[in-house]
Amino acid sequence: MNVLTENWDTYWEGFLGTVKLTAVSAVLALLLGVFVAACRVSPVKPMRVFGGVWVNILRNTPLTLLFFAVVLGLPRFGVVLPFFTFAVLALGCYTSAFVCEAVRAGINTVPTGQGEAARSLGMTFGQTLGLIVLPQAFRSVIPPLGSTMIALAKNSAIAGAFSVVELLGTYRTLSELGFNIVWTFVWIAVGYLIITLSISLVFGLMEKHWEVAR
Amino acid sequence: MTDAPTAPPPTNPASAAPGDPLVVLKGVNKHFGSLHVLRDIDLTVARNEVVVLIGPSGSGKSTLCRTVNRLESIETGSITLDGEPLPAEGRALARLRAEVGMVFQSFNLFSHKTVLDNITLAPTKVRKLGRAEAERRARELLGRVGLTEHAHKFPAQLSGGQQQRVAIARSLAMDPKVMLFDEPTSALDPEMINEVLEVMRSLAADGMTMIVVTHEMGFARSAANRVVFMADGQIVEARPPAEFFASPESDRARDFLSKILHH
Repeated sequence: MNVLTENWDTYWEGFLGTVKLTAVSAVLALLLGVFVAACRVSPVKPMRVFGGVWVNILRNTPLTLLFFAVVLGLPRFGVVLPFFTFAVLALGCYTSAFVCEAVRAGINTVPTGQGEAARSLGMTFGQTLGLIVLPQAFRSVIPPLGSTMIALAKNSAIAGAFSVVELLGTYRTLSELGFNIVWTFVWIAVGYLIITLSISLVFGLMEKHWEVAR
Repeated sequence: MTDAPTAPPPTNPASAAPGDPLVVLKGVNKHFGSLHVLRDIDLTVARNEVVVLIGPSGSGKSTLCRTVNRLESIETGSITLDGEPLPAEGRALARLRAEVGMVFQSFNLFSHKTVLDNITLAPTKVRKLGRAEAERRARELLGRVGLTEHAHKFPAQLSGGQQQRVAIARSLAMDPKVMLFDEPTSALDPEMINEVLEVMRSLAADGMTMIVVTHEMGFARSAANRVVFMADGQIVEARPPAEFFASPESDRARDFLSKILHH
């Protein structure tokens, strides 16, 4: 029980690391995911091909492999960045593939007539998507995005193996100091629960807020 | 005030005499898979003309209507609007579509926007009109379709007939050169059909160029300059409504009319 109180600083540092990693990666994943979804429904074939390749490669590769590719691969091309940035790139790109598919599923729930009406009025592809289709897709995309963000929070634990300070990695320090391993993990789990349940709560509120948007 | 307050009614309110060719289709062909939906279509619609497309379901009339603003692409042939060929996908096509109004069977009002926003959206975003000016125009158009007091409702709060009248106002807000109507009354309850047809009749009387796919033969008789009868992807007859309804030339048209007019 005193594992937590005696190592408050270590836990807190790890907890903040996970929160930061999750938040920054989530922003990257959401922006990139919406962009790739736009590519996948674009009238321009090369864009659709790019979107398809992006999703299929990233979604079908183990995340750990992706971490290795980024952390060991990029420096070979002269790209040397802090480990935190490498981790954000790997997590963000990986998660963007899932965000893309959730957004695309949402786009498919919007009746095709909405897009046809927008195009008939002279709106460009970007205007049709941004002003008409995505706002209507948004509501149905909230629940799957929530799940994706929770998965992202948990996946961030892999970064611990690549020299990034985060919550799961704190167990190494604590077990070296001889603390009870079971309690060490219990408190780590509590930390993750705080983060993931908060994400659930936020997405639940968003779902409620946009419930009667029509 | 020396003139008599009531001018004599024009003989045919629909015809503000048709002018030069506005929409020209030449040798248009299209397949859906193995189905040949449009076969060598040649059709010229003159400025101010009202053309009504009729025919059995599956005859290609809706598809033909949708090719004019390239919601359906074509395989061979050409379509020109006011002398300009339809561009392929992209900004040029968007610009051209802004000149062509389209009214759908299922209204397709933007369900997340109010009636007023539905009408002002394209003028502000596509034509870059100022917000105040766009709203003034929108209210004017709402007055014209008799829906002034519904400006701040959402589409789902309106009846089908009201939604379709908003959709017409939305198209008119772009000052289109030609209006396409794809079965505008087919999804409406019977008592709402007339309110929509009335708006369309007044548009025709004002000289709007219109291509109308419909099953409303009364509208075809009273508002059309020409009736185009289609069957199996081909134009079978294209004649003034009085002649067409009195003595259809083809067996297909006779058969079609006997099925829909006898009840």
